[in-house]
Amino acid sequence: MHADASSPRDRAPAAASPAPRGNATAAPRHLGAVVADRLLVVASTIGAVVPLGALVAMVVVLLVEAMPAIRYNGWHFLVGSGFDPGNFYGAAVRTGGIVHLAGASYGAWPLILGTLETAGIALVVGVPIAVGAAIFIVEKLPSRLAGIVGLALELLAGIPSVVIGLWGVLTFGPILSRDVFPVLAHLPNVPVLNIFRGYVGNGEGLLSAGLILAIMIIPIVAATTRDLLRQVPETTKEGAEALGMTASETFFTVQARWIRTGVAGAAVLGLGRALGETIAVALVSGSALSAATNIYGTMTTIAATIATQLDSAQGDPTGLFVKTLAEAALVLLAMSLLINVGARYLVRRSARGAALPIGVGL
Amino acid sequence: MTTVALVGGEVTARSRRVRNRFTWGLAAVALCLLVAPLVWLLAGVVDQAVGGWQWSALTEVTTGIGGGLANTIAGTFVLLLGVAIVAGGVGVAFGIYLADVARPGRFTGLLQAASEVLSGVPSIVFGYVGYVALVVGLHWGFSLLPAVLVLSMLVVPYVAKATETSLSRVSTGYREGAEALGMSRTHMLRRVLLKAAAPGILTGLIIALAISVGETAPLLYTAGFSNSYPTTHLLHAPVPYLTYATWTFWNQPGQQVKNLAYDSSVLLVTIVLLLILLARLLARWSQRYAPDTGRGTRRKERGGGAPRRGPTGRGPGGRGPGGGGPGWGGPDGTGGPGVLGPSGSGVGAQGPGAARQAAGSDGAGPGVAATELERPEAAAPPELARLVGAGQ
Repeated sequence: MHADASSPRDRAPAAASPAPRGNATAAPRHLGAVVADRLLVVASTIGAVVPLGALVAMVVVLLVEAMPAIRYNGWHFLVGSGFDPGNFYGAAVRTGGIVHLAGASYGAWPLILGTLETAGIALVVGVPIAVGAAIFIVEKLPSRLAGIVGLALELLAGIPSVVIGLWGVLTFGPILSRDVFPVLAHLPNVPVLNIFRGYVGNGEGLLSAGLILAIMIIPIVAATTRDLLRQVPETTKEGAEALGMTASETFFTVQARWIRTGVAGAAVLGLGRALGETIAVALVSGSALSAATNIYGTMTTIAATIATQLDSAQGDPTGLFVKTLAEAALVLLAMSLLINVGARYLVRRSARGAALPIGVGL
Repeated sequence: MTTVALVGGEVTARSRRVRNRFTWGLAAVALCLLVAPLVWLLAGVVDQAVGGWQWSALTEVTTGIGGGLANTIAGTFVLLLGVAIVAGGVGVAFGIYLADVARPGRFTGLLQAASEVLSGVPSIVFGYVGYVALVVGLHWGFSLLPAVLVLSMLVVPYVAKATETSLSRVSTGYREGAEALGMSRTHMLRRVLLKAAAPGILTGLIIALAISVGETAPLLYTAGFSNSYPTTHLLHAPVPYLTYATWTFWNQPGQQVKNLAYDSSVLLVTIVLLLILLARLLARWSQRYAPDTGRGTRRKERGGGAPRRGPTGRGPGGRGPGGGGPGWGGPDGTGGPGVLGPSGSGVGAQGPGAARQAAGSDGAGPGVAATELERPEAAAPPELARLVGAGQ
């Protein structure tokens, strides 16, 4: 990089005379300018290394912190159920070199299941709405209205999750459980639809949390789809129309094929956000530490559990509870990293395949 | 129509028409389902807040059973200031590194990948690590510094991306002109490139602040909370903040405290909305005063050399603004695809936008730009799109 840095410097003096502003540098290279250039390289390199360092530090901290819990909990953590920190009033016990409270047993399967279930509901509900809305915005809405909807999308994406959670637990959930869930519960007892049967609860639970997450991922997917649609070359659409296709046929034969991989990538990005969402889910899920008994049942996710349990975890004098939450955070980190890598791969692949300049984004 | 119908003339044509209507009907319903929750949410929260609104919420401090929100508002702005300094510094340095210092290679790729990965880490993981490593591990206690560091790491990728994009979109002519004038790299960066890229960088920073305002999870176990005003101490002094009020007050006994939960919600939404509008204005402003950034744009170029990829590398984006879709200059385009949208989304808006600019500025080649060094404030439309909140 230093060789590169010196190239403009080397040919500088000869060409310098008409400099309107750069008087200071018009003269042969000052020591100050050389030092400044060096400083720039050093400072910017430091800034560039910070995120990598933070990431590595984060993983190391989590691994070190979680190691005793990983050794104590074993595979039971991934497949077992129930968070039992043990007897707070009894003496600490030592098992395999790890100090813990008597009877401590941690199984995160309900949390993992809850994370996947809420994210799944969010995708199933959110992606069709987002894609449909994006199609309508691009193909049918006058541009001024599209601008207003664009602002609405940004605002929806920007609303703090705690506000969405507050609304979800005090307004959205109760109204759903009063007016909508009872109707769903009477759907016919046939496969697929019968998952809606059962006790509807008070509006805090799996379905409410999934729907809240759907609201939160819709702007991500919709904005991406909208932008992908706008990039479809006009000529291909004109070609389809010239063949006498209706607008919807044009869409399915032309636009849909241009955007499908990109939309898949956007959906996976939305999935990543749904997996990691903490506060809204913690408010709306009912904060049980067990899996939901039916689709309305109270439940929790990994992220919500970390947020809500870290307080009480500090009460464990052996520290194993806090370390177990580190293990949970590690599982969550692994899940969201896999998802993100997958999403970026999809978006990039679509960039190559469709020759669209997408996927170069963050 | 009937010419395409190979099977059964009339019937097929009608069914095709019906199917067409049906498809667009569904799409319209989807749009309604997208807008409805937003309207319902805003109306619900604002309605509750207005119902129990007391101006003392803005002037009194929290007491745990009532009072106001003055200390949380102050704390939120202190946190924002910290994030602007730390995330701004690191992010802009990172962006400069990517756009002007680094050469493409394995190391640069690794740094970029790390930044991408960082933006996908759930915020509660940041919060947990901040608690374990900084608050407990380094004995900093619940305080300003760990909170600011954690929040900053969360948003650095957005600032870095905005900086890199804005810098690499500065017209090649500016760089060539500055190089021809013998400017040192630092001088060129300071006098030409950063000036031209400033609106884009600022937009990225504003988006980072908008994300920070709404975060709760990373702060719960790093900032702590207190009922008094934030202090100037970096360590060992908890910081109150707005989202905490909503997070804890909503189910407290007593109507006055519940009202505060709604009040803080409305304040949060207002601040975020103002920041988004500010970002849009900035984008529109920089668009208006930057007519010639479309040509000679260097997107992927690293190092000080000639552009590696000309405008042709851009793909179909350059072909045309797309069916009536507004480019960056349109009423929507200025905001870009979702200020807080998904990372992928930025990508989309680029093509038509660039095409539009190219079309509007045919005369402004690199040669012209070089003579226009006098007004280097011309800037690329900030890439709001990619700032989308995948990490939130």
